[in-house]
Amino acid sequence: MKIRSEQFKGNVRKQLADEALQSNLSRFGGGFADRRRDALVKVDDFEALRDRGASIRAEVLENLDYWLLKFEAEAQRRGTQVHWAETGAEANQILLNIARNAGVQRVVKSKSMVSEESGLNEVLTEAGMTVTETDLGEYILQLANEPPSHIIAPAIHKSRDEVSALFEKHHGTPRTDDIPSLCEEARGQLRPHFLAADMGVSGGNFLIAETGSVTIVTNEGNGRMVTTLPRVHVAMTGIEKVLPTLEDLSAILRLLPRSATGQDITNYVSILTGVRDEGAMDGPQENHVILVDNGRSRLLGGDLHDALRCIRCGACMNHCPVYQNIGGHAYGWVYPGPIGAILTPAFLGLEKALDLPQASTLCAACEVVCPVRIPLPDLMRVLREKELTQGLRPWHERLSIRLWRWLALHPGWYAFAARWGTRLLRGMAGSDRLLHTLPGLDGWTEGRDMPAPQGETFRDQWRKKQAAERKIIPIRLDPSPSEKKAGLKK
Amino acid sequence: MSARDRILERVRAGLKRPTPVSVARPDRSLAPMARPVSHLLNDFIARAESLQSTVAQVANLNAVPAAVAEYLQAQGLPRKSVIWPSLKALDWFSSGLTAEARPPVSEDRLGITETFCGIAETGTLLLHSGVDHFSTTSLLPETHIAILRVDRLVERMEQAFALMQSELDQLPRATNFISGPSRTADIEQTIVIGAHGPRRVHIILVG
Repeated sequence: MKIRSEQFKGNVRKQLADEALQSNLSRFGGGFADRRRDALVKVDDFEALRDRGASIRAEVLENLDYWLLKFEAEAQRRGTQVHWAETGAEANQILLNIARNAGVQRVVKSKSMVSEESGLNEVLTEAGMTVTETDLGEYILQLANEPPSHIIAPAIHKSRDEVSALFEKHHGTPRTDDIPSLCEEARGQLRPHFLAADMGVSGGNFLIAETGSVTIVTNEGNGRMVTTLPRVHVAMTGIEKVLPTLEDLSAILRLLPRSATGQDITNYVSILTGVRDEGAMDGPQENHVILVDNGRSRLLGGDLHDALRCIRCGACMNHCPVYQNIGGHAYGWVYPGPIGAILTPAFLGLEKALDLPQASTLCAACEVVCPVRIPLPDLMRVLREKELTQGLRPWHERLSIRLWRWLALHPGWYAFAARWGTRLLRGMAGSDRLLHTLPGLDGWTEGRDMPAPQGETFRDQWRKKQAAERKIIPIRLDPSPSEKKAGLKK
Repeated sequence: MSARDRILERVRAGLKRPTPVSVARPDRSLAPMARPVSHLLNDFIARAESLQSTVAQVANLNAVPAAVAEYLQAQGLPRKSVIWPSLKALDWFSSGLTAEARPPVSEDRLGITETFCGIAETGTLLLHSGVDHFSTTSLLPETHIAILRVDRLVERMEQAFALMQSELDQLPRATNFISGPSRTADIEQTIVIGAHGPRRVHIILVG
């Protein structure tokens, strides 16, 4: 997929000015988040399930090479061909070769975020094949020629009117504002594609090491069609998606749909193992899995390691106030929201996505809802720190952080600066006690005024209060050894 | 060096160790809660219905065709079906039904299957592929009727896997967990029943 994460600020400006998009995004509030909340109420101890999920994913990563090799051996034993790709481009090439060798003309796809990373559709189309996305959201976006804006609800930024307009243009059908009719129309349009396809391409929500299986989690049933009807099936997925056993899958499946859409389980969970049995009437005769690295292995053992636990539920973006205001496209690559703010710089390189880790208030809603307990705000802090130490932030930002650091280490000067700084700001404010601009920080005041500080600084108030009580407690900078021992630091 | 070797090499380097020779199989089996069958049944029915499946119950397998006819009558659906070959022996004719034991084509409107087991935790059906178990019967027709013996109800997904392991030689090509009719919420997060798969899932419990 084309990388536009470098232009984050420009993207955001465009998204915020797009009235139709803003109206579509306003509908987003509630939705998935409310449904998740309602689903959790019905579970005895969701926090225990999260612990279990987090430890399963963490343990897999500790022995990732072992489980991948186990998966490969088992899959091969069942007749599945396993391929390894270092980059998205390599994965596309492997898939193209499979398609050419099998004489494939028509490809149907169920949702695969890894194939969005690699830009697979363009490659297949350029090679003269017809590619049809079959997940309703992805199908809408294929017609609109747009990338997904959400990892589980790719067309969430589109209204029914926009969908209807697209269908009118591409199917020649009359306009409607009835959502079930639109879904029915897509069903009718896509059914012939399923039946005629030579090759089905899917993602893989999970790989099961012990059985050599690919697991696909869907609601629409397109995942089943794509993996059942065409004579060739290729699953393209990330190397981190492996789980050791079917019991692990059971545990993770208690988390994924609830966290994603608030469903207790998705309509379909398909565990696909090997090729069509001899004498069987359905199933692919050729089955392939492409294990894609594309930046993942670099994260192992490093300070972003925990991001690889992700099971792609989308809960972090569903609960992110920033995502809900700017939409998924602003993030400029495949993965939006908090997890995207980490994966995009992690996979593509920090210099390609400088603003993404900054696009957060660190409110930690994402961390609170993450089913596998990824410490998303901490990881964003790690990236922010890297940007600073690698000199990737603008000079004035680096300078102000240095200044801040120096002040924070010199309490006397801090108190002095606070006292005179507040007076200065008060003097700069008008009679409305608001600062409409701040020198050097005009980006900050572009959308809002800063209230001028009122009254005395905290330190001055504190000193007076203590004096009044005639009981001066000196402010200590470091905790005493006994406090340290008792864990009272801070 | 192949891509495979280079990827594995980076994984080892990241984890700072050679690939372990063996890693103990994590034991995350969950013991069943050993609840009486009636509880399982009630849970299963309540959850299946909450996922927009419909449920009927009959005393024995011979009563299935009449129950199917009754359902089709109520829904106003044609009395013509494709079935799994294992259901051929039932007397469909007396209930006024045509039942053909073959894989469906896209035009077939009703598919009737058996069910490997049912999972009470989520109201889910487990069907697996096989020479006589066409995966498409529960996928292409707009109505899917699943016959499920009450003594094949288990509590959780873990027990369903254990049952497969004890009864089947190996994991079948396709293991499908089905929880209600297909659906989508891709337009304005509005849930619409009947996406690419069946619009109706009717479960006939036997026993």
